[in-house]
This record gives sequence, structure tokens and C-alpha cells, in this order.
Amino acid sequence: MEIAPIIELRAVAKYYGATAALHNINLEIANGEFLTLLGPSGCGKTTILRLISGFESPSRGELLLNGQDITGTPPEKRQVNTVFQNYALFPHMTVWDNVAFGLKMQRLPKTEVNWRVAEVLRRVHMDALADRKPSQLSGGQQQRVAIARAIVNNPLVLLLDEPFSALDFKLRKQMQLEIKHLQRQLGITFVFVTHDQEEAFAMSDRVVVMNEGEIRQIGSSQEIYEEPENLFVARFVGEINVLEGKITALRPDGTYMANVEGEEFVLRTKRDYEVGEKVKVLLRPEDLKVYLEQEKALAPPFFLGRIVETVYKGATVDIMLTLDNGKDLQAAEFFNEDDTDISYRPGDRVAVSWVEGWEVVLDEEGE
Amino acid sequence: MALWLKRSYLALVYAFFYLPLFVVFVYSFNSNKYTTNWAEFSLKWYQSLLSNSALLDAALNSLLVAVCAASLATFLGTISALAFKRYRFFGRKALYIAIFMLTVSPDIVMGISLLIMFIALKIELGFFTILVAHTTLCAPFVAVTVLARLAAFDEQLIEAARDLGASEPEAFRHVLLPLTAPAIAAGWLLSFTLSMDDVLISTFTTGPSFEVLPVKIYSMVKLGVKPDVNALCAVMFVLTLVLVLLAQTISQSRRNQ
Amino acid sequence: MRPPVAGKGGSLFRGTSIGTTWFWLGAFALLPGLALLLVSVLDKGEIDFFIPVLTLRNYEELLGPVFLTVLWDSVRLAALSTLVCLLLGYPFAYRVARARPKWRPWLLLLVIIPFWTNSLIRTYALILIIGAQGMVNKVLLGLGIIHEPLAMMYTDFAVFVGLTYTLLPFMVLPLYASIEKLDPTLGDAAKDLGAGSLRTFWHITLPLTLPGIVAGSMLVFLPSLGMFYVPEILGGAKNLLLGTFIKNQFLQANNWPLGAAASTVLTILLVLMAGLYRFVSLRVSGRERKGLLPGALGDPDVMNGKKRRARDGETAGAKNAGGA
Repeated sequence: MEIAPIIELRAVAKYYGATAALHNINLEIANGEFLTLLGPSGCGKTTILRLISGFESPSRGELLLNGQDITGTPPEKRQVNTVFQNYALFPHMTVWDNVAFGLKMQRLPKTEVNWRVAEVLRRVHMDALADRKPSQLSGGQQQRVAIARAIVNNPLVLLLDEPFSALDFKLRKQMQLEIKHLQRQLGITFVFVTHDQEEAFAMSDRVVVMNEGEIRQIGSSQEIYEEPENLFVARFVGEINVLEGKITALRPDGTYMANVEGEEFVLRTKRDYEVGEKVKVLLRPEDLKVYLEQEKALAPPFFLGRIVETVYKGATVDIMLTLDNGKDLQAAEFFNEDDTDISYRPGDRVAVSWVEGWEVVLDEEGE
Repeated sequence: MALWLKRSYLALVYAFFYLPLFVVFVYSFNSNKYTTNWAEFSLKWYQSLLSNSALLDAALNSLLVAVCAASLATFLGTISALAFKRYRFFGRKALYIAIFMLTVSPDIVMGISLLIMFIALKIELGFFTILVAHTTLCAPFVAVTVLARLAAFDEQLIEAARDLGASEPEAFRHVLLPLTAPAIAAGWLLSFTLSMDDVLISTFTTGPSFEVLPVKIYSMVKLGVKPDVNALCAVMFVLTLVLVLLAQTISQSRRNQ
Repeated sequence: MRPPVAGKGGSLFRGTSIGTTWFWLGAFALLPGLALLLVSVLDKGEIDFFIPVLTLRNYEELLGPVFLTVLWDSVRLAALSTLVCLLLGYPFAYRVARARPKWRPWLLLLVIIPFWTNSLIRTYALILIIGAQGMVNKVLLGLGIIHEPLAMMYTDFAVFVGLTYTLLPFMVLPLYASIEKLDPTLGDAAKDLGAGSLRTFWHITLPLTLPGIVAGSMLVFLPSLGMFYVPEILGGAKNLLLGTFIKNQFLQANNWPLGAAASTVLTILLVLMAGLYRFVSLRVSGRERKGLLPGALGDPDVMNGKKRRARDGETAGAKNAGGA
């Protein structure tokens, strides 16, 4: 028997007046997973979080926590806790009082409150600063207190609303790791909201990509990045080149021949197409291979074009180029110790191809 | 502009503010009956204040009104500030504008409007009417003070409290109230000051049966400079000074300490 | 899980607080206001203060020479005081707002104290300065500049000084609030773009602090029309000004409807100025301001010179934060 999901959204919709924040969302969150809601601002990811925490109620549909309908349950009676975006630490209480707040609201005996607060503060390494006020803490410390204050209540689900947005780059990386470890130790479900795809990929078991109130794709980080199901997802989770193609022949091994931007290529895809059908061929910059034209080391098919600009990025070099048919592409090459002089100059003539099978083929869709 | 010029301009305006008050204060200790000629230090005018029973009665009346009006105004002002901050409701905008208008409307208009209403409702002028009038005068100031504090209040704190299992009343009690308390206290003190100092509204809304201090002072001041009036004004000024300092200290107390 | 609590507390408070607000403002602001308006179109009675006969006679009487003279004298004096308060107060407020953060709260406090001090007492104190035996005359006589005491009391000049003196803090505080909000780098930017000090002031500082100017002018102009005790103490009984006129209708002449009509005129001025304030502040900031006098009323952010924390759009605040 399949284990019941810890959270289930069934046909949930949310309207603010006439505007829909969420259309018909169906989502199951498994117990113990780290799930990230990813999307641009206004896509509805925060609304889903607020529906789960109870600060919003759905206009339609129902919400189940641990198999029980909690659609009408107020936030204080849900066994769900939130780490707020700006932490929302109570400024007039010490770290200790902040963390103890939830337990006191449950009217637990004092001794139990004390040992549970002490334990969770040790866990987030804040036990030495228990008497401080939030204003006397650094951003990272406040973050830890916010997490401690939430997990001390043993929630079934921990919700994190862009918890790193106030932290600088280095601290953010460190906190990402800490939260990931914490989630593994605690074994409870984390639902995380972010607009940063890198953050989402780094932390999650599964990523839910959203746009305009709809779920556009659910999958592992790798699936989302390498096998996007639509152009929105493909574009949102990183740079991508979108080429126009048209199926010209079906091949016996299940692959297709297609005319892509004027050249004949072999395309591999699980989708079914007919001859004459238009498709989009998606390639990540790092999937493109770029050679100087005179080298001719490349077997056809390839595109011809010229370099427009190169951008040094440290570990990689981004190459902007324009094909002879006018199409702009972006490629990225990793530095190769054996091949130190891949220094293209603007204007250099180049040939461009890709490793067969790395392409993503999508239906022609209205953009 | 040169620095010294800027500073002396500041000093000059402050002197303009404080010199007259300072002079009153000094002359209140002058034993000479002709107030502007200094004789010697004396407390006799303060003693004569204490033996003026009509004045003391008025002072007691004023204290009573000020305490009651400040408390009522603080209650009303705080409750409505919370309503404005937390809820959308019918007439919210209109009521908000009304509060704003009440804080800037000339006192004389407020005084006579209330007078007309009291007379039309056949309510006898006295303690009750002046209490209502002073409450009306002070409550908008409390509302504005508390609203200013609430504007800086992060609504997420209430959500955080509820997320941690507090019901809405509990969230109010443990989070909103402690963080708003300084503004509420300051509102009370400022209301008390307003009530103790009000001449314009008191003139219209109290009757002969219930004399209050500011109106009494006015009737004395009208007769010109008198040493005991100096003493009385000095006392009133010091009282205001203490209350304002207290209100400022409380409302400035950093909310996280 | 925690035991269930009675969940209706929130909505109970909602009902009570909104109801209380409505009751309070309805009974103590709206109702008296309507009563005033109503009485202004009633007739005065022989015995009663007013009788239920509708008439526009009171307003007609306001158009007569007696009231128009009173109004003109009052408006002229009030306008002059307002102008002088502005000219004195603006550079002062500017210096206070740009003082070192360490000093600023104290400098502001020194304005707040006279702001809350009884104007009656401050008016009285002025007699000791400008009276025949006052400081000014004593100093001037002592220095031999004059040989006869200057007769300043019981003149328009005395009333003007009195109004300016008592109301200056009411000009300074809103000016301070709007100057303090002004980002100093805007001035730097203007200068960087080649504007001189004067043009920076004219094109940047002045327009952006216009709401403070209007607010301050409103808080000086309106009370100076209504504060009857300033002219009564300093001006003797010679010049009848609006405040005294209104008071007399109620307490001496017993012509309440006429007094109510005159008050209505004052209220109309208030509404016009409030409308101007709203217009100006909307134009400057694109949104309404919360109040005129945050500094005076203990807004901690203004006092500490802190910028208000930027509000977060997508989350909590947006939906239920009030503030208009």
C-alpha cells in the first residue's frame, strides 16, 4: 500500500476578488520530503504556503493534513509551523522566550518547556545566546532562532518562506547546507518557497515549478533542469537556447530527422511527432559545442556563425554568437586544462553543434 | 551659511521659545508685588496659591476631568487605532479622515459644536459634559499616536504568534499589546496634558457648578500680570514639562529593549 | 496537539472595536458637527438659544460689513502670523532635521515641550516680555536706545507677536517631519547635475517639503483665527477677531445661530486647507500621508531618525495592513 501523503491539495483555487492567485492546484507532498515551490514573484507559491499554514483559506477545493481535512482550521490549530521571510521574531522577547512561545501556548508543563527549548537551542547552536534580544543577533543567528522557534513544536510540516532572502551570498550557502542537514536529522517534511532556482535545486527532493497560479512541472531537480516539460520551465530554471525545427522524417530506431534552423539533425525524444510537424529544440548553453570554423574538426551537421561576445565567468566562459541565419545563441564552455586556448574573439567564424541526445524537443506552443 | 550663524539662529529661536517662560518662572519667586521689579527670593506666591480654595477646587476638578478624560480617550483611541490597522470595514476611510480632521480642527469649533449638542439634548453643563468634550478632544491624538506605532508594527508578528499556536486574543495580548504599550502610555500622558491645559473647549462645555483650572487661570490672566498668576503658570508649565518628558521617554523607549 | 480554544475571540474584537470607533466618532464628532450646521440655519429665539425655524438670515448677516471686517482683520493677522512662522520656522526646522543624529532628538524635544505647553500660559508669559514693564522695554531703556517705554501691548502688533510665538511650534513640527523624510542625497544629486544651492532648494527641497509647509500653515492659520484669548490678553478689547466674535455670540450676545454660522465658515476653511494638504501630499509622494505630526506624537521612527522598514509586498502586510 502506498503511504498517504502528509499534505494534499485537492483542486484548490484561490481568488482575490476577480483575480485568480491559484487555479485548480492538485499537489501531494510525501511525508519526510523536502519540497520546493519555485517560481517568479506573484506565481502563487507563497499563497500555497499560506493556505497550508492557514493564513489564507481556499476559494475552492480542500486541503488535507495527515489525511484530515483542515480546510477550515485556523492557523493556531494546525500542526504546521512557519519560518517567516523576515523571521518575524518577537522583538520584545529574548531568544529563549521566542522559542518557548509555542510551547507556552500549548500550556505544556514548565519543565517540559525548559528541556525542549534547551535542546532545540543546542541543536541550532544558539544555546549560548538564549538571553539575547533579536536585535542583538546577526542575520544568520536570527535565522537560526526562527527555525528553532518553529521546530521546537514538533510540527508535521515545516514551511519556509524565502528564509534566506535577507542573508548575504556566503551566509545563504551555509544556511542552505544547515537546513538540509537539519531536515535529514529531523525527518519531517519541509516545504520551501523560493524564486531562486539554484537554491531550489541545491536543497530539494522535489521541485514544483509554478507560474501564474498554475503548476508547470513537478520533478526532481535534475528532471526539471534536463527535461523541462514546457518552455516556461526551460527558461525559468536557467539559460536556454530555443531553436525552431520541423520534422522531416521518422527513422526506424525511433528517432527523427528534423530541419533545425536550416540544417538537418537527428532528434531524440519520447514524444510522438509526424512528418511536417513543427517543434522547438531546446539546448542549454553548456550542451553546445563551439569550434573555430577553420578547424573543421566537427562532422556535419553543424551551424555556421560568428562570435559576438565572450564573457569570462570564472569556471566557465559564456559565448554569445550569431548564426548566419541571424539566430542568436549562447554557449558556455568549461575551462579545460588540456585545452587552454579557447579564447575566441568577437568576429571569429565558428561552427556550432551539440551532443546528439542532449537536446530537449517540445511541441510548438503559443508563447 | 557659516556654522556659527546656523547655530546662533537655532539658539535664537530656542530663546524665543523659552525666554518668556523662564521669566515667568523666575518672577514667580519674586517677593515684590510689582512683579517686574526684583526684590528677593520668596515662596509666598506659591503659599498664597495653596490658600486659594476656589483655585484648589478648580485644580482638583481639572485633575479629576483630566484623569477620566485621558483614560477614556486612551481606551477609545487605542481601540479605534487597532480597528483601523487590522480591519477593513464600512466607513473606515471616512472615519479615518474624521480622526485626522479632529486633530487639526480649531478647538473653538469643537467646543461650540459640543455645546450646541449638549443644549439640544438638554444635558446640564458640568462634569459630565466637560468629560465628554475633553475625551473628544484627546482621543484622536491617542489614535494617531497609537497608529504611528502600529504603522511600524510588523503584521507578520501576529501571524508568527498564531502559527505558533496562539489564538488571536492571545496574539494580541502577548505580542501586539506589549509592543504598542509605550504609545498607549504616551497617548494617555499627552491626553492628560491636553485636558489640563484646555481653555477653548472648557470655556464652552462646563457650567458654573464645575469650574476647571484653565478657565480659572484665564479669568485671572485677563486681569494682567500678578505674582500669584506667575506662580500658577510656573506650576502648570512644570507639570506639562514633566508629563511631556515622561511621554517622550516612554514612547522613545526602544521597543526591543 | 493543543486543546481547542474558543476561536471566536477575533471576530468578537472586530465587532467591538469597529462598533466603538463608529459610536465614538458618530456621537462626539459627527453629531455635534451636524448640530452646528443645523443651528447655523435656524433662527434665534427670544428665550431659547435657537428656535426651529429654517432661515439663511445668519449667513446673510455674515455678508454684512460687521462680520466681513472681523473676518478680514482676522484673516490678515492670521495670514501674517502664518507667513512669519513659516519664514522663521523653515530654516529652523531644516537645521534641526539636519543636525547630528546624536543631537536631533534633544533639539526636537525642545520644540515638543512648547508645543504641548498651554498656549494661554505662553501668551501670559509674553506680557512679561513685551509689556510696558516688560523685558524688551527694560533692556531698551537701560541701553538708552529709547527714553519712553514702547507701547506694544494692546496693539495689532502684540496680537501678531502672540500668535507667532504661541503657534511657531505648530509650524516647526510638521516642517521637521517632512524635511527629515527628505533624502539628503537628492540635494547632492541636484548639485551633481549642476544646480546651485538656490536652485536645488527651489526645485528639489521646497517641492518635496510642500506637504509640511501646507500642514504647518494649516496648524498655524486655523487656530490663530479661533484662539480668542490671545487677542483678548494682548490686544485688549479693541480689535474684534473671529474667535472672540464667535465666543461673544454664544456667551454674551446669545445669538447662537449667528455664532454657528461663523463657526461653519471656519470649518469650511479647515476643509479647504485639509483638501489642499491632501492634494499637495498626493502630488509629492503619490500616496497619502498618515498624519501631520508624527514627531510630536511619539513616532519612534521619526525621533530616532530611522527609516521605516521596507514592507514586503507578497506576504502578510499587503492584504490586511490598514493605514489608508
